[in-house]
Amino acid sequence: MATQEIALPAVREPSASLMERLHGLVITVDHKKLGLMYIGTALGFLVVAGLMAVGIRLQLAVPVNKLLEPDVFNRFFTMHGTSMVFLVGMPIIAGLGNYLVPLMIGTRDMAFPRLNAFGYWMFLFGGLLLYFSYLGAPGLAGHGSAPDVGWFAYAPLTARAFSRGTSTDYWILSLLLTSVGSTVSAINVIATTIALRCPGMKLMRMPLLVWLMLVTNFMILLALPGLSGAQIMLLIDRYPGGHFFDTQAGGSAVIWQHFFWIFGHPEVYILMIPAFACLSEIIPVFSRKPIFGYPIMVGATAMIGLISVSVWAHHMFSVGMTSVGNTFFAISTFLVAIPTGIKIFNWLGTMYGGRIRFELPMLFCIAFLFQFLIAGLTGVMLAVVPFNWQLTDSYFVVAHFHYTLVGAFLFGIFAGFYYWYPKAVGRFLDPRLGLWHFWLFVIGFHLTFDTLHFAGFLGMPRRIFTYDAGRGWDTLNFIATVGALCQATAILVLAINIVRSAKKGRLAGNDPWDAWTLEWSTNSPPPDYNFATMPTVRSRRPLWDLKHPEDPDWKYE
Amino acid sequence: MRLSLYANQRTLRAVIVFAFSLFCFIGFGHVEPAFGKNDGVTNIFRPLSQPAQEIKETSFLVLLVCAVIFIVVAGLLIYAIVRFRHRAGDEASEPPQVYGSNQIELAWTVLPILVVFVLILVTSRTIADIQNRKAPPGAVQATVVGHQWWWEIRYPELGIVTANELHVPASTGDKRRPAFLKLQSADVAHSFWVPQFAGKTDLIPNKENRMWFEPTKPGTYLGNCAEYCGTQHARMLIRVVVQTPEEFDRWVRDQQQATSVATNVADSRKAFFANSCVNCHTIRGTSAQGKFGPDLTHLMSREMLAGGVVPNTADNLRLWLRDPQKIKVGCLMPNMQMTDTEVDEIVAYLQTLK
Amino acid sequence: MSETEAKENDSMINEAYLSIAPETTEWKLPSARKVAIICLVLTETGLFSIFVAGYVFYIGKSLTGPTPRQVLDLPVLATIFLLSSSVTIVLAERAFNRDRVGLFKFFWFATIVLAGLFLTMTAVEWRKLIYHDGLTISTNLFGTTFYSLVGLHATHVVVGMCLLLLVFVFSLGGFVTIMHRERLQMISWYWHFVDAVWIVVFTVVYVIGR
Repeated sequence: MATQEIALPAVREPSASLMERLHGLVITVDHKKLGLMYIGTALGFLVVAGLMAVGIRLQLAVPVNKLLEPDVFNRFFTMHGTSMVFLVGMPIIAGLGNYLVPLMIGTRDMAFPRLNAFGYWMFLFGGLLLYFSYLGAPGLAGHGSAPDVGWFAYAPLTARAFSRGTSTDYWILSLLLTSVGSTVSAINVIATTIALRCPGMKLMRMPLLVWLMLVTNFMILLALPGLSGAQIMLLIDRYPGGHFFDTQAGGSAVIWQHFFWIFGHPEVYILMIPAFACLSEIIPVFSRKPIFGYPIMVGATAMIGLISVSVWAHHMFSVGMTSVGNTFFAISTFLVAIPTGIKIFNWLGTMYGGRIRFELPMLFCIAFLFQFLIAGLTGVMLAVVPFNWQLTDSYFVVAHFHYTLVGAFLFGIFAGFYYWYPKAVGRFLDPRLGLWHFWLFVIGFHLTFDTLHFAGFLGMPRRIFTYDAGRGWDTLNFIATVGALCQATAILVLAINIVRSAKKGRLAGNDPWDAWTLEWSTNSPPPDYNFATMPTVRSRRPLWDLKHPEDPDWKYE
Repeated sequence: MRLSLYANQRTLRAVIVFAFSLFCFIGFGHVEPAFGKNDGVTNIFRPLSQPAQEIKETSFLVLLVCAVIFIVVAGLLIYAIVRFRHRAGDEASEPPQVYGSNQIELAWTVLPILVVFVLILVTSRTIADIQNRKAPPGAVQATVVGHQWWWEIRYPELGIVTANELHVPASTGDKRRPAFLKLQSADVAHSFWVPQFAGKTDLIPNKENRMWFEPTKPGTYLGNCAEYCGTQHARMLIRVVVQTPEEFDRWVRDQQQATSVATNVADSRKAFFANSCVNCHTIRGTSAQGKFGPDLTHLMSREMLAGGVVPNTADNLRLWLRDPQKIKVGCLMPNMQMTDTEVDEIVAYLQTLK
Repeated sequence: MSETEAKENDSMINEAYLSIAPETTEWKLPSARKVAIICLVLTETGLFSIFVAGYVFYIGKSLTGPTPRQVLDLPVLATIFLLSSSVTIVLAERAFNRDRVGLFKFFWFATIVLAGLFLTMTAVEWRKLIYHDGLTISTNLFGTTFYSLVGLHATHVVVGMCLLLLVFVFSLGGFVTIMHRERLQMISWYWHFVDAVWIVVFTVVYVIGR
């Protein structure tokens, strides 16, 4: 049956001056504005950290290159990693959750709008503080500038003796601030999801994105204390003279690694699950079928969350744990691969028997599926401890985690962008520019990260600012650099697209993709109040029920 | 109105084939030529020692399993994309709305569990085999201490202290002489990685780690520090010189000698001892007993300087002494502000430390 | 589309919903505030777990200096004060719910006083440890982990006291009404959490650690 046409609203022309609009953003507590602010700021940091990556790749393009001094290079990879995880990944998740969850559960705003605003500004100040380190850290004796200890800042390199100046302190303090923002946002999303659902929306009728955001935010609550606690301990070591990680006083350098990765591993699932959420919303709509195995998807995600807190030492297989310890963490890591694989199969099952439309959101999803499959398999390889002893701390791991974080996470987020931009802005992103973005990024991504797996096989360790010729790494690195430049161009295209389409994009109605969840029943962009009256739902796909009254979902669920 | 971007099945297929071939070409095109060459290329799949050999065998099994999984799942994905894509005539209808299937879910849960079970068995067996190895009577025992950005190497039983270049004898069928290393750190965390010999093991202060390897072919093999340890982490290179048992014994005897007082360089000696070199460096048999920097007793027996950064030649020695920061910026040997004459004299002296 | 037209459009959709979901039974969801406080308690539990783990890991590993057995006395009185404050806050809440404002103010103030007494006893203990026994945060591993863990807990007590004081000051002006019942309850839940953490800290530091 054909889609019901809903009359297109006229897109509101901005009548306020620039100062008025900026002021509006500063004082807003509206979840939609804050969501877009989170995402917009994250994209800004993506560009900055991405430029650092380009710098890194240009330095490594040829052996014994003199483009970047070692200290500059070391700061680049530290800032690149720290920014990408904490100033790009986490705020995108917060932004996505804050924007979409109230719309998807049929309510007016988050449970704590002012807390929402507080969280955003804490994140922004934390991010600015991190970059301020370039200016503010030098202090006495010229030591300082940005942190250069790597994004996971292993002890004792971060001790006062080895990290002179205040650059490490900027790393600690800025992340403590952003962690407050993330925690607060997590509490808000959880409270909203549990307490503000519209009538009829039982937990097992929520859109999968809402479920997955719920799991993610619980993980944030449980994982972030690991990082914050360890960072407070490090501050105590560096200032009042504590000995948490002071090996001279009998302290343990390895315990930093344990604490960090107790945070760090759930963190990477915290990043991944929202990308899964985007996929779980987009693939059904563009395959024209409901998600295959909804309850299993919920269960598998919960299992991933649970098991992921028990795998952390698989980042530490070379640290010298006993064979029993190594075996335990290998087993738990293999186990977490199972629900992850099940999710891939369920997406596959959704597409199977469908009528797949290759719009841009779906193209990014398809690329995600191939890339996440490979990423998951290289993860399984890394779980094989003896193989790990060769591969850890080499470019194989770099390739693996970029496969997950760029090839899966970023691709999933891009799919979400192309899917929800029309809802947020009222206009489509330009599909031709979108295709350029897609293909440039896919080609560049594979040029860079496929080849870097092999650099790892050939013994190239990570975090090195240069390498000698004759190790077999020259050509691989050169190709990887070419790929990086491709990806940078793709991001430029995306940025142009986002800006241009805001004014010039093709008008989208309420429901441009013929989708089934509640956000598509409001205007694009939604009015401040979201819904004039609170909707009532009877199934997982309320708009399907509306569009197909002769064959509603609630008859089958 | 809908946007339909791909109606062309051929284009889609061509792109997939192209992408896959590109992937294979890049990958195997660059690992493949490395097979069979040992000059500086440290391919983990060209092991020249245990346990790297056993690791390679385990990894090939795992690679095979993963390749099979990839082909099956990717194949299904490609099939789904091609077979179930929207076609021109489909405009009006929605496909059958299938919500799930418990049998299928069970099937694709049980299969991965079986695969995981096999992997667990393989993994735990290899872990135990490698980690629980004990040193046989003929083993060479060495202690490697990581410093910011060089390796201190001690052979306690042989009374030798050297730096950056680890000498071990090759094992033969009847004379097994594996090398058993104790790994310690003097400052931050490092990691010892010689890819063709063994996996990497970290050097962590206040924690002694053990590792072993057993090379069989004489030659010089490269490795790197594999745990970020500060500014010059990239230039903390390892050289393992595998020698025939006779050559190794000769090397040990040479290294055990304290330095002789060569008479013709008395003046140059003075320059060394007048500067503060003795505060950081040891030359056995002299009053230089500094512990902060590398032992220089047999400096000339090494191939490289500065932790594997430049070849050990008189010119490079001169450059290093003039300003170490020019060769290895950030390293912990400061510019000693010596005159050219002093530098020449010290170089002359160091050249006698064979 | 104007705002009125949009509203009409929305209500058209909503009527359509009502027609497909005629049976809307009672829709009761948990309170957002309760969920939020539970989440806060969860994350703070995580934070304390890290410091407890650090403390337990380093038991017996100090290379020098005073050991727990040598310098720690059981803080019985301080514990009584703190745990009693949990009792008084419950009494305060009960009084509040029964509209006994004066009694509420009394018990609420008593909670603050007991918390203050706990902090005072902690300060006295720390004074003895620092000046008499020579144990500071930088003395040895025991010092570092002890002051960090107990200090983290004390910080949470201080924060709780600030919240309690704020409410007390407002109540003096008559600004606290029955509308704030749930907020008071959330503050008391936080307070109970702080007391529960003290029981864990007490056990780990003063019982097991010695």
